[in-house]
Parts: sequence; C-alpha cells; structure tokens
Amino acid sequence: MIDARGMSCPLPVVMVQKEVKKNAPKKLQVQVDSMVCVENISRYAALQGYEVKTDKDGDDFVLTLTKK
Amino acid sequence: MENEVKLTKLANCAGCGAKVGAGVLAQLLGNLKVRTDPNLLVGFDKSDDASVYQISDELALVQTVDFFPPIADDPYTFGAIAATNALSDVYAMGGEPKLALNIMAVPEKMPKEVVHEILRGGYDKAYEAGVIITGGHSILDEEPKYGLAVTGFVHPDRVLTNSGAKPGDVILFTKPIGIGVLTSGMKVDMVSPETCAFANKMMTTLNKSARDVMVNYRVHACTDVTGFGPLGHLLEMAQGSDVEIHLDVAGVDFIPEAAELAKMGVLPAGMYRNRSFAEPSVEPGETPLWQQDLLYDPQTAGGLAIAVDPADADELLRELRKAVPSAQRWGVAAEYRGGKRLFLE
Repeated sequence: MIDARGMSCPLPVVMVQKEVKKNAPKKLQVQVDSMVCVENISRYAALQGYEVKTDKDGDDFVLTLTKK
Repeated sequence: MENEVKLTKLANCAGCGAKVGAGVLAQLLGNLKVRTDPNLLVGFDKSDDASVYQISDELALVQTVDFFPPIADDPYTFGAIAATNALSDVYAMGGEPKLALNIMAVPEKMPKEVVHEILRGGYDKAYEAGVIITGGHSILDEEPKYGLAVTGFVHPDRVLTNSGAKPGDVILFTKPIGIGVLTSGMKVDMVSPETCAFANKMMTTLNKSARDVMVNYRVHACTDVTGFGPLGHLLEMAQGSDVEIHLDVAGVDFIPEAAELAKMGVLPAGMYRNRSFAEPSVEPGETPLWQQDLLYDPQTAGGLAIAVDPADADELLRELRKAVPSAQRWGVAAEYRGGKRLFLE
C-alpha cells in the first residue's frame, strides 16, 4: 500500500509510476486525499493496463489497481 | 543566483492555474449590483478580458489586472511571465497597453535581491511592450505574488471582444498548448531542460506582434487563452457570440512533452476545474482522453484565439506565422443549433 496522503499533486501519481516501472505489480493499493490525485492515478493506471477501483475512506480515497 | 530560493515551492497553485474556476467566479459575482454607463463599452456583465470605457469619438480606455503566485523558479523569469500575462488582456481587446502599476505580495524573509529580480523581469517586459510602470502596491504575504494593473487605449470602433464571432468565422490561435501540464511536470522534475526553456519562452512572448498583425484584418472576436484553458475560453466565446465552434483537434499544436505527461496522468488541479465547468457544453466525439485533458489545460500567458472572417483567414494565418511561428488553425464557428456549444472533430 502506497500512502500518498498529504502530498500535493502530481507527487502521488509519480510515486505510482515509480512502483509500476520498478516492480510491475499485479495488484497495487494507493491512499490519497484528493480527487485530483484519484483522477491522475486512474488515467495513468488505465493506460498501463490496470483496472482501477476507488473506495472512499473517510475524507481519503483508496485506489485498488489490478492488472488486467 | 546565490539565493537558493525555489520560488515555485512557495506557491500553492501555479500561474493561471491559481485562477478561481469560471463556474465559481460566476457565483461569486452573482448578486453584486452592476452599474452601467453609456460610455462603458465592455464591462463585467460579460466574461471578457478587460473593461473598455469610451473617452471620445476616437479614444477608449482599456483596463485590466492580473497577478499570480510563482510559475517559474527564476525570479526574473517569473516577473517577465506575470507581466506578459497581464499585458495580454489589452492585446486581446485589440488595444495597446501604455501604463501599468505593480501588484506585489512578498514574504517578509524573502531576500531583497529576489524581489528586485521579479520586478526587473516585469519592468523589462513592460518596456518591450512600450509600457511605462508608474508605481504600484506591495503587501507582506507568505505566498509571493506578482502582476500588473494595466491601462491601454483602443479606437472605440476597433474594440475586439470575445462575443463578436459570426457563423462561418475561422478560429485561429497563436501559441502551442500544454503549459499548465508542463508546469505540473516541472514540479517533479519530469520536463527536459529544453522544454522548460521553450515553455518559459512561450510564456514570455508578448501577444503584441499577434495583435499588431490581427488588427489589419476583419477579426470579429478575440480572447486570450489563459486559466480556463482552450475549451473554457472558446466556450465563453461561443456563448457570448451565440455560435457553436467546431474544433479540428488535429490542427491544435500540442507541446510533445506535455502530451507525454498528460498520458501519464501528470495533470494540474486547474485542468479538472476547467473540465467540470466546460464539459457539459462539449461534444468530445472520438477525441482521446489525453487530448481532451490538454484542451482543458490552464495556460499561463497563453496565445490569442481569433475569430476571423473566412475571406481573410488564409492571409491572416500566413501573416501571423511570420510573427508567431506556432500560429495554427483551430476550426470554424457555425450557427448555434441548440445543445452543445463546442464540438471536437
């Protein structure tokens, strides 16, 4: 699980990019605290062939990326 | 310079991305009482770039103000960009800027040399435009900000607004698109030095030469494309002119590295604000998401979107290209059929 809460954009999507490039995970969870980060990560993940599920967690969001 | 101040680290939002969204702005202005005056040719009843007040049969005053937090780390460049951006509203009205006042907010601990460099950037750009800076006002603030209040002149019969486009007009544009996305990418060092330099060059290119060419042709409407992004400003033009606009996406000059960043999800918050404002009026067709995103990208000191009589369009584009090499043809205006206002094709 990547915890990118409290980080301003576009840092969270960059953290996800690094993880995907380094380890090519089949499944990855990311915690973020803004819709902009949710959208940014969703766009990147979709083009990398991941299915993206977003759950609300209080004021935060948890994205679950699963390789198709 | 010796002061290791990373100016953009002091900014919450970059450049025109800091602009209050168009929808929110309309709400904020909603209940304010507006006074009219027969000499006020362009006021704030329409979302135009500047106000225009007629003084005589041959002279009208153009006024505008624009400022924002640092969009570049180099203070001189930041000052020059802020000035280029502020002056642009006068050019977009077809006018010539003449006088300006500094508006500045600086943190108490910011070194004097840095403040001086921001101002020097602003002054140099103003002088390049033939504008005299005659004073200004500064306040203390945690987040630095800089810009200009600009006064210019235009012939009352030659005022260009964003609401004069006619069906059949060709829409031209004068700068490449993707500045907001690049600014986001710069924050995380994902932009090459060459493209950084190119972006700074674009943001410090005055719209003066484009304006000077455009006024020789039958231009019906003009606006500068800044914080609301290409589609936000085109929507204002389409609504104000009561036309619809068909945009040939293949004709848009997207900056290549901005396109790469958009595909990687490196997109500024302002892009999403612009999207939620304009999207209900946009028919995206088959346009890929990354291209749509770039068409909502907030531009700082962006170019002029020009609606020109179709008979003049080819010649104006040719002449513009001599002054601004990236001049491009965006599409055409058509009679409004109801429903959506902007069509991506």
